Amino acid sequence: MTGPPVPGQQEPASPAPGAYGPVRRKEDARFIRGRGRFVDDIQLPGMLYGAILRSPLAHARILSVDTEAALAHPRVEAVITGETLARRDLAWMPTLSRDVQAVLATDKVRYQGQEVAFVVATDRYSARDALELINVEYEPLPPVIDAERALDSGAPVVRDDLGKTSNHIFDWEAGDAAATDAAFASADVVVTQDMLYPRSHPAPLETCGMVADLDSVSGKLTLWSTTQAPHAHRTMYALVAGIPEHKIRVVSPDIGGGFGNKVPVYPGYLCTIVGTMLTGRPVKWVEDRSENLMSTSFARDYHMHGEIAATRDGRILGLRAKVLADHGAFNATAQPTKVPAGFFHIFTGSYDLQAAHCQVTAVHTNKAPGGVAYACSFRITEAVYLVERMVDLLARELDMDPAQLRLRNLLRPEQFPYPSPTGWQYDSGNYPRALALAMDMAGYDELRAEQAERRQRGEYMGIGLSFFTEGVGAGPRAHMDILGLGMADGADLRVFPTGKAVLAISVQTQGQGHETTFAQIVAQELGLTPDDVEVVHGDTDVTPFGLGTYGSRSTPVSGAAAVVVARKVRERARIVAAAMLEVSADDLEWTGGAWQVRGDPEQSATIPQIAMAAHGSVELPDGVEGHLDAETVYNPPNLTFPFGAYICVTDVDPGTGAVKVRRFIAVDDCGVRINPMIVEGQVHGGLADGVGMALMQVIAYDENGNCLGGSFMDYLLPTAVECPSWELGETVTPSPHHPIGAKGVGESATVGSPPAVVNSVLDALAPFGVRHADMPLTPASVWSAIQGRPLRTDLAVS
Amino acid sequence: MMQITVTVNGTSYRREIEPRLLLIHFLRDELRLTGSHWGCDTSNCGACVVWLDDIPVKSCTMLAAMADGRRVRTVEGLESGGRLDPVQEGFAQCHGLQCGFCTPGMLMTARWLLDHNPDPSAEQIREAISGQICRCTGYENIVRSIQWAAKHSEPAG
Repeated sequence: MTGPPVPGQQEPASPAPGAYGPVRRKEDARFIRGRGRFVDDIQLPGMLYGAILRSPLAHARILSVDTEAALAHPRVEAVITGETLARRDLAWMPTLSRDVQAVLATDKVRYQGQEVAFVVATDRYSARDALELINVEYEPLPPVIDAERALDSGAPVVRDDLGKTSNHIFDWEAGDAAATDAAFASADVVVTQDMLYPRSHPAPLETCGMVADLDSVSGKLTLWSTTQAPHAHRTMYALVAGIPEHKIRVVSPDIGGGFGNKVPVYPGYLCTIVGTMLTGRPVKWVEDRSENLMSTSFARDYHMHGEIAATRDGRILGLRAKVLADHGAFNATAQPTKVPAGFFHIFTGSYDLQAAHCQVTAVHTNKAPGGVAYACSFRITEAVYLVERMVDLLARELDMDPAQLRLRNLLRPEQFPYPSPTGWQYDSGNYPRALALAMDMAGYDELRAEQAERRQRGEYMGIGLSFFTEGVGAGPRAHMDILGLGMADGADLRVFPTGKAVLAISVQTQGQGHETTFAQIVAQELGLTPDDVEVVHGDTDVTPFGLGTYGSRSTPVSGAAAVVVARKVRERARIVAAAMLEVSADDLEWTGGAWQVRGDPEQSATIPQIAMAAHGSVELPDGVEGHLDAETVYNPPNLTFPFGAYICVTDVDPGTGAVKVRRFIAVDDCGVRINPMIVEGQVHGGLADGVGMALMQVIAYDENGNCLGGSFMDYLLPTAVECPSWELGETVTPSPHHPIGAKGVGESATVGSPPAVVNSVLDALAPFGVRHADMPLTPASVWSAIQGRPLRTDLAVS
Repeated sequence: MMQITVTVNGTSYRREIEPRLLLIHFLRDELRLTGSHWGCDTSNCGACVVWLDDIPVKSCTMLAAMADGRRVRTVEGLESGGRLDPVQEGFAQCHGLQCGFCTPGMLMTARWLLDHNPDPSAEQIREAISGQICRCTGYENIVRSIQWAAKHSEPAG
């Protein structure tokens, strides 16, 4: 199935048919006026403010919590401790990875920043003041900080609450070990490398927060919350707190960025809910930046060992990965697969190789929980980084150009649909075309010539490539769920008598522009304009159930639901049109955005004409109910597999270790693009993330478990001066199983760009004999690598 | 408690406040001007940028008391007489925003830049917004938005 044409519409409202194109966003009108409505903008009469007391220590036994002085504060309405919650059986909550997490600590604190008590006061400042009045007596315990020491005998045990005697969480493997051994045995060349994908944090500009309001008369609990998954959160609150689900309304208003950070249920949310239950008044809680960075879901922290096998002439035969995964104090990875390492086993990437095997061991440490967050497509980020670094190292070993080595081994178009050695079914792709386009845009041969010339002059320029395959649109029921909830998404479409429509969807937007894109989808299917369609989202009372926006799943799943429901409406309209035009429905064809009598363009009916008739002015055939409204639930049959080819050009100053990203060329193929302007914007943002992760961002800890990335002074994010002007290219290979051939794209650039940057910097450093250095490649890290002393970037330098 | 008088977007407000009240909370919680956002506490992200008199400041690290007797301009004061400022138009035309959280601060810096440099280069624009963080756009379209606004702004004076 091919997608509709993508006309280059430049005006805000595009005429039907052909609603796809760079339509200006509906959302912008409020944001450019300062009229967005974020959680912290909500102010209710009588509203109270919550604040969380957090542990200063990474590992300690709690001996006592004295709240007397805080309760005596004249503006304090309530103080909630672990004991308060334990009496309601709420001191612990389930995580999304079948573990439990403390809401407020009762026995021990297990990471710096863990939640210990919650104060509710009449204003923000008094709530903070009262935190100072709570006296917690701790007995410090030795912490486990280095994941590589977590399984040592005698290591302190983080999870004694589970009766554990070690910090081991799971061992898991995928692929065919014997076949991989055979592939390696037949290889001319084997290259191995240890590498760290360090702990990072999504850091959306808006931190997490909630306003909770319990109506004591009706029993209705309304929660305005920074959530990427309002329906899943509602179910979770019902299950955890025992509140009937129909008495809970979760509203996800405007959200200031998510990137995975706003998928989990955090202790602060539950405390806010308990706050309104105890006080009978609305309670607002908004975390500060340090709380966000130190306690909410981190990302990555994968200690990886890669091995790649090949023939001397550059044919890749096999790939192995052995991973030590640091999951922090609670196993709270927010990922939907039924296997524990997410999508990591897609690590054979974009290459045609015989056999692969990966093995993942996960451990607890005294660090914040998480691991899956930050636009990572459930660990594909780590997988792509591993294979793309290994391919580059292989190129160096073989003394081959890394682009040529990739072209030699990329999957060929005729191999799709492609069953991967670890069980994935890639839907569609034309990889060589994408890489060739990227090389052409970059002027690859000229760049290599320039590099050689500069090296003669003692200048260190790097050219780095990466090629990625993503799997997005979680996901098929057989393989995925969250807390037992399948990952289908609903859509309701109502068409009013005048032909205007309201689409209610289960996913919500944190900047993705759903109010525009989804209106374009419906408009395209019904011959309307995007302005004729209003999109309702982010409110569980008025939208159908679905699992939310993350993992680049909105377009692959909810977008498909929107297409399907619009086509249902169109089919209903066909029956009414047949009655209106006094012909058989079989004699009608959908053309030019209207139902038309075959061979008679004079005889046709548009959706607005049909809608009016369907609401009362035409005699309907027997069995036809009237109106055009429809609903659907979309179960994705497979993931969609976007891909891309990236090239990064850097200049490295060996005296200071400073890296400048001079150019970045990104060719993305995400199938049919509904709104290319929005797609390109998402790619831009992901590329900046990749530069940040490769060069700047890391959540490191010292030996006592003090978080060293607890503010934007320490956790460095890229600004406009670190980012080059991105150069984007596009190929279109439609997904064969998505109703309009679209694939997800939101995370593609975040997944694909870090290895391109790292490969570029290491290419620049090749004359120094540097094979590898870990992210982030800060000036200190690069300089140390040049001196032959690579840094451990996740621990404090002492 | 102390009394301050601040002129915000041309309207004078007299309020009793705690001396420690931050300017961003004064604007957002007291005056209910929620366009300016709080994002980091440490003057790094710039979501809170407003003008104090005629200079962009980070209102999360200023006391409301410091604005006593002075003029503040926020994103709500950009539109005049029902007409959007060209920087507002530019951000909508060039997709200079996604989640919209950094946008008000970016707009205030952009307006200040164009008032002082009506035809900035891309490098000058990047430098001007380098004290502000956007997590969505990779800055590309923010630069284009400000360039669009430069082309569509009336000459100063």
